[in-house]
Amino acid sequence: MSHHIVEARDLSFVYPGGHEALSGVSFRITHGEAVALIGPNGAGKSTLLLHLNGSLLPARGEVRIGDLPVTRQTAPRIRRTVGMVFQDPDDQLFMPTVLEDVAFGPLNYGLAPAEAEDRAVAALERVGMARLRQQPPYTLSAGEKRAVAIATVLAMSPDVLVMDEPSSNLDPRGRRRLIELLKSFEHTRIIATHDLELVVEVCPRVLVMDGGVIVAQGPAHELLNNEDLMLRHGLERPHSLRHHHPH
Amino acid sequence: MHMADALISPAVGGAMWAASAGLLGYCGRKVRLALDDRLVPMMGVLGAFIFAAQMINFSIPATGSSGHLGGGLILAILLGPEAAFLVIASVLTVQALFFADGGLLALGCNIWNLGFYPAFIAYPFIYRPLAGGGSNRKRAWIAAMVAAVVGLQLGAASVVLETTWSGISALPFATFLLLMQPIHLAIGVVEGLATTAVIAFVARARPEALEMSGGALAKSVSPRPVLTGLLLVTVLVGGVLSWFASTQPDGLEWSIAKVTGQGEVEAGAGLHEELAKIQEKTAFLPDYGFKTAAPEKATDSTGRVGRTVAGLVGGLLVLALAGLVGYGLSKRRRAV
Amino acid sequence: MGVSHSAAVHRMEIFGGLDSPMHRLDARTKALVTVAFIATVMSFPRYELSALTPFFLYPFALVALSGVPPGFILKKLLIAAPFALCIGLFNPLLDRQPVFLAGGFAVAGGWLSFGSILLRFALTVSAALTLLACTGMSRLCAGLERLGLPKVLAVQLLFLYRYIFVIADEALRMRRGLELRSSGGRSPSPRVYGSLVGHLLLRAMDRAQRIYSAMLARGFNGDMPTLQPARLHGPDIAFAGGWLAFFVLARCWNLADHLGRLLTGVRP
Repeated sequence: MSHHIVEARDLSFVYPGGHEALSGVSFRITHGEAVALIGPNGAGKSTLLLHLNGSLLPARGEVRIGDLPVTRQTAPRIRRTVGMVFQDPDDQLFMPTVLEDVAFGPLNYGLAPAEAEDRAVAALERVGMARLRQQPPYTLSAGEKRAVAIATVLAMSPDVLVMDEPSSNLDPRGRRRLIELLKSFEHTRIIATHDLELVVEVCPRVLVMDGGVIVAQGPAHELLNNEDLMLRHGLERPHSLRHHHPH
Repeated sequence: MHMADALISPAVGGAMWAASAGLLGYCGRKVRLALDDRLVPMMGVLGAFIFAAQMINFSIPATGSSGHLGGGLILAILLGPEAAFLVIASVLTVQALFFADGGLLALGCNIWNLGFYPAFIAYPFIYRPLAGGGSNRKRAWIAAMVAAVVGLQLGAASVVLETTWSGISALPFATFLLLMQPIHLAIGVVEGLATTAVIAFVARARPEALEMSGGALAKSVSPRPVLTGLLLVTVLVGGVLSWFASTQPDGLEWSIAKVTGQGEVEAGAGLHEELAKIQEKTAFLPDYGFKTAAPEKATDSTGRVGRTVAGLVGGLLVLALAGLVGYGLSKRRRAV
Repeated sequence: MGVSHSAAVHRMEIFGGLDSPMHRLDARTKALVTVAFIATVMSFPRYELSALTPFFLYPFALVALSGVPPGFILKKLLIAAPFALCIGLFNPLLDRQPVFLAGGFAVAGGWLSFGSILLRFALTVSAALTLLACTGMSRLCAGLERLGLPKVLAVQLLFLYRYIFVIADEALRMRRGLELRSSGGRSPSPRVYGSLVGHLLLRAMDRAQRIYSAMLARGFNGDMPTLQPARLHGPDIAFAGGWLAFFVLARCWNLADHLGRLLTGVRP
């Protein structure tokens, strides 16, 4: 399954204002891995994620999904493989009802309406939100919105899931459900987050970013336990790791 | 100045609907051709922004009162005339549907009055030439002020014309005009102030935002489609009104004609005659009626007024009956 | 649009999502019947009063059959009334021509036409509000699109409607922040206002950009796809046919007048 490998080589990006958000980022993520992307605000995490499905295109270097480099031409194909869950579900849920929203992707990729609806319902069932299918998105709670946003992406059967701050704005119960959901997926997962407890539970591997570069990468327990590294990059050692000794 | 259905006649409402629908179709095609699908969410969100911005008031210097943004002009500045017209139409539709702010058949009038003048007259022919590139803040300020005032004056005059043509309100043209124009001069000044305040901030904070959003469409409007549009409205309104006046058909035939097309009109008139015959035969009291005190005004409508006591009794009763039917239906529904 | 407006939109959507015989009708049927209703009501001459009353059956029946609380419609009716009321009030002032004498009374024509304006207003507005409350915005837009509303406009309405709440929430937070820091609840100066609303505008534009990225991420190519095409059923035809027949009947015959004469005991 080498075609689900996500790879960045010397990736750099400069915003129109002149701010260099990424300067020479390289990493390789293999099929089925769950990788956390952590670092302080402004480290370049969101910018990096936007490169993974071609929402932004690199100024230098490249991103490859499997054998395919991400370019303007390949972006539509890449987007079927790489499902992106945006930070604010209100930006992602723009259709009048939950069902129509989840069916939006499949319909755009040419599925017949009946088939698209089946897919949408299946995706909603997968995240436990099928009962909300006729609701308008704004009546949903933050946790429900997040779950539906994930369903919109699942309905396109991607191989790679990219998520930006999936646990932000969630109450503890909503967050717990999200963590269980993320653990149950077999997709390659790349999750940018400040929620280090979530990282401990979901992601065996961590990339630490700061100032547009990757400053460390490795097994989660190792890096998250490195108090020095954590503090230096505006992070902190998760409580769960303080009280239990790593195995 | 959202007009209500209660104050306009079907002829005026229909003609203005046709005019606005025509212009909407034109703008829809224009926007689709120019797309740049970025405009799809941008137009939607900016429409929502207009609603939200109206929740925030500002104090008008030296008056002690406060005002808020109307929205037509700022949308034209941000999006260009065609897209702005579509957004204004959508805002007015939501206001009509959710808040009964303006009627449904009056929506054509409202879209025209509040959309056409700011987007297709005030913006391209006043704001753009006066503001120039927009780099001179004083010029931009004056441009927005003049454009807002002119746009609203034209809209207000339009309201007066439509109301007078409809003939439901007894307000004479001149009186109504004298009432509306000064009020809308004040509203125009407030609109100009609010528009400049916001645009000036955006120009300072993020000038590229002003370039970008409207960049998809040509920002200038050639006078031809605008003149064609105005001509069309004149012909439509004039034509429909004169036809309406000359044939004097009952309003219903007219509205049937509007819904089903010209072919049905004859049939409609025939039906009416038939019904009238039946009515004569079955009427309880064909010649019943109070003496009209104003014989010189003995038109069809005043003749009807003559029968009003019976009508009053019957009207109240029918109202009660309708209420009772409604009550019964809701009872049954709950029981099911 | 104030806080109460935002709440009203919310309630309207809740009613739009109810299930009832009226809600199950196709949006197209209801839209067309509503337009026919409003056009018929508008077509009466300006002094007509009694002949308008039978038309109340339509909003009454719809409200009753749909489970939408009548108080909700009534309240919105009252909120929307001032404009028609103001313009209408000129009629009794300007049109003083006495039009009939009944037991020595002379009534100015203006009062009759004013009464007529009020009835028209109540009828047309309640019909329009009931249409939305029995249909819901998304179904109404889909229905209108199938009736020929340009797609650009249908999509525009849905997007506008979707983001009213989101952006209004942002505006509310800003206003609250402003109120906390300003003394005596006074409105800000134009300059402060400009930066406040300007921020709101920039945030709205940023959001539009993000929504666009999210749309692209799910294969958006300029077309908004729709799910199932709805069909017209028997009840739709019965609903439309029945009401249209009633409108024709009530337009041609003054039903209230007939009933009144019957009851006032005057025989032909």
